[in-house]
Amino acid sequence: MSSPIKFLAQKHRKQTAIIAVIGSIYVLSSWILNFDSFSGFTAVPKAFTWLGVNFFPTSESVELLPRIWQKLIETVALAVSSTVVAAIIALFVAILGSKATGINNYVHVIVRGIASFFRNIPLVAWAMILLFSFKQSDFTGFLALLLMTVGYLIRAFMEIIEDEASETMMALKATGASYFQVIFQAVLPQIMPSLISWVLYMIENNVRDATLVGILTGTGIGFIFDLYFKSFRFDAVGMTILAIIIVVIVLEVLSNQIRKVIL
Amino acid sequence: MITRGDIQNVSGYKKPQPPEKKVKLRKFNWSRVMIYAVMVVLLSVTGYTLTHLDTANVKIGDAMHGLVMTLNQIFLQPRAGSDGIMPLLSALGISLLLAIMTTIIGAVIGFLFAVIASRNLTNAYFGAIIRVVMAVIRAIPTIVWVLIFSIVCGLGTNAAILGLSFHSIAYLTKAYSESIEEIDQTTIEALKVTGSKFWVIVFQAIWPTIIASLVSWTFIRLEINFANAIAVGAAAGAGGIGYQLFVASGMSFDFHEVGFIVYLIIGVTILLEFIAVKLRQMYITK
Repeated sequence: MSSPIKFLAQKHRKQTAIIAVIGSIYVLSSWILNFDSFSGFTAVPKAFTWLGVNFFPTSESVELLPRIWQKLIETVALAVSSTVVAAIIALFVAILGSKATGINNYVHVIVRGIASFFRNIPLVAWAMILLFSFKQSDFTGFLALLLMTVGYLIRAFMEIIEDEASETMMALKATGASYFQVIFQAVLPQIMPSLISWVLYMIENNVRDATLVGILTGTGIGFIFDLYFKSFRFDAVGMTILAIIIVVIVLEVLSNQIRKVIL
Repeated sequence: MITRGDIQNVSGYKKPQPPEKKVKLRKFNWSRVMIYAVMVVLLSVTGYTLTHLDTANVKIGDAMHGLVMTLNQIFLQPRAGSDGIMPLLSALGISLLLAIMTTIIGAVIGFLFAVIASRNLTNAYFGAIIRVVMAVIRAIPTIVWVLIFSIVCGLGTNAAILGLSFHSIAYLTKAYSESIEEIDQTTIEALKVTGSKFWVIVFQAIWPTIIASLVSWTFIRLEINFANAIAVGAAAGAGGIGYQLFVASGMSFDFHEVGFIVYLIIGVTILLEFIAVKLRQMYITK
């Protein structure tokens, strides 16, 4: 048994060591990446004053508002539809693959592997691969978002089924209910609130990611942003960013309110 | 003689009648109504979008055939290609360092902001302002932040670091402050009674209590930052493996090389996930 003083001294040494390690990682990285912390962080206030002056929407950019708005709505619709389709696919796969409702353990391992594979291929790679075959269209963006979302949702849904529905399932199985009765009367009603909550979270996420996909595949709000940005029309860029902020925050507030009611 | 009717009269027995009202199998609640409403809205938006989707007149059959060929090249025949293995590995290292560094910046500054923004620690108004500012910063996609900073600092790692850090700070502030708000109020009050100063409370009571969730949130952010570092490299030309990926798939169309890069990236993300799981186990068992 160590005395309290010894314990505190040890704790102190350990903390100092951790701080030293993290600090040296930081210094080493900034040296390798050629990042000058001082000039980097002093650039931030400069950036914001510059933003305040140049990104301020002018009357010209206000006229662009309908077009920006239309593209933004398109992007949100794309994010919603890709998430919903992904959720439907993921729900089937998760029911087949989860430990509680699934076929067997081999299927479980295979499904987990596939989900992890889809999740870990970067969105950029999906966007570029699909762009090559499906050309510059909304459908490309839809597929890219879909494939990545499926990976996330399969894992999330499997964990939800295993965590939340196991007991209800057991109770219904004991009454002699068939497999499909168990699924439709116990599992689905039980997991619905968490499922919707995850879908809403993925929609929020996908609206943000859709901007990136849009820049790469030339669709939606990402395309408009890139267009104005590359032609140096910064007042229009400012307007676009403002519109994105409003939509994302409205979506966040809305889904938080929905979550409060359903959970 | 005793008839059946007598027995019924004596014992008060009545033939069982079917219940007048149907038994309610489900109670009415708002949660169910909301779930159905959300589902109807989401499905109708999806239906409308899918039927009005612009497909640029691509023939799905041909495109699928092309896609299968490309995927075959990517996943079954990965090769380092003209760039060679070493430059790709060093680009991968740069992306990883970018992710680690921005996570460190995000964690340190995010923790300070989280302490100030938490409802159970500080002044409500001041905290509310920080929460609103962070929500706005989070609403802007990382790639847009990087492009904004690239106007001021020039395209390159500096803009990437600042842009990624900004989003990390906002994300971690929210995550950390939610963990802080879950702390039992008595822990904080016990230390307040002893006359401890604010930062003593933070580092002696709050820090040890939430260290497990702190570590796990930070690692989640590290994984996100790695994905973002790749995205930023591709869409903003900020260097690293993302840029190589963009060049190979969008300019030189060398899909064997794309496959090699994708496998490298998957390797790193699986490694990060593994470390995160191990660390979480370490802190939870403690």
